[in-house]
Amino acid sequence: MFEQPYLPSLVGGLLLGLSAALLLVFNGRIVGISGIVGRLLGGQQIAPNIAFVVGLLAGPILYATAYGRPPVVMITASSGLVLASGLLVGVGTRMGSGCTSGHGILGVARLSKRSLAATVTFLAAGIIAATVMGLPR
Amino acid sequence: MNWRAFIRLVVALLAGAVFGFGLCLSGMINPARIIGFLDIASGRWDPSLMFVLGGAVIVAAPGVMLQRRMAKPILDARFHLPEKSEIDARLLGGSAIFGIGWGLAGFCPGPAISALSTGLAPVALFVCAMAAGMILHDRILPRRSP
Repeated sequence: MFEQPYLPSLVGGLLLGLSAALLLVFNGRIVGISGIVGRLLGGQQIAPNIAFVVGLLAGPILYATAYGRPPVVMITASSGLVLASGLLVGVGTRMGSGCTSGHGILGVARLSKRSLAATVTFLAAGIIAATVMGLPR
Repeated sequence: MNWRAFIRLVVALLAGAVFGFGLCLSGMINPARIIGFLDIASGRWDPSLMFVLGGAVIVAAPGVMLQRRMAKPILDARFHLPEKSEIDARLLGGSAIFGIGWGLAGFCPGPAISALSTGLAPVALFVCAMAAGMILHDRILPRRSP
């Protein structure tokens, strides 16, 4: 059980929290990626949202520079499944007003009842979907 | 653009970079790791992503405590926070739809956008489909129901 890299996971998580705290205290905004992308697509608050997305894209490049290797991104799903998954994530995050960042990190930290309910729901749905997809083995 | 609006852009850029780096370091950016966490019947369940969410909340919570003591953010005239408090069908239904999509391929919005810079084709496919889903929800579906 302890072969998994817990320390990088924890430190990486602390950085996600730091990013959320920075944006909240300085800019007064929630780190919610689905909201940021949704507002960009809707043509709202273009400049700050583009700045955040540029930073987000720079993350893997900074990581590759620091560690001498790019981050592992392994996609096992077929193209059809990736397409369906993307559509569901797009519709679901807009309908549910948030995703893993806005609800799962900042909403939980704010003890928002809506975000706690959303987080429990998407975790449960994600566990069911991934477990069912993994069953025929 | 006044200087505060400019510094807000710098903070947004910095926050995005810290977030993206954190996604890489934590393994959140890797769909295989997400599936390893969400698939509880695989026989080799990977609980490390609980440390990611735990670590994130540990640092975000003092940020929230600080924010609650402030009349306004350092660089803006007011906080822009969600005001809704009721748990409704849209919240739960949307979160369930999102969760199913998340569990199918292992991508949620942050890691998917961040991973675009790795240049992998399936990442681009996912982000295009996600953007289409968002546009479908925000612009096309509302016209059908008054």
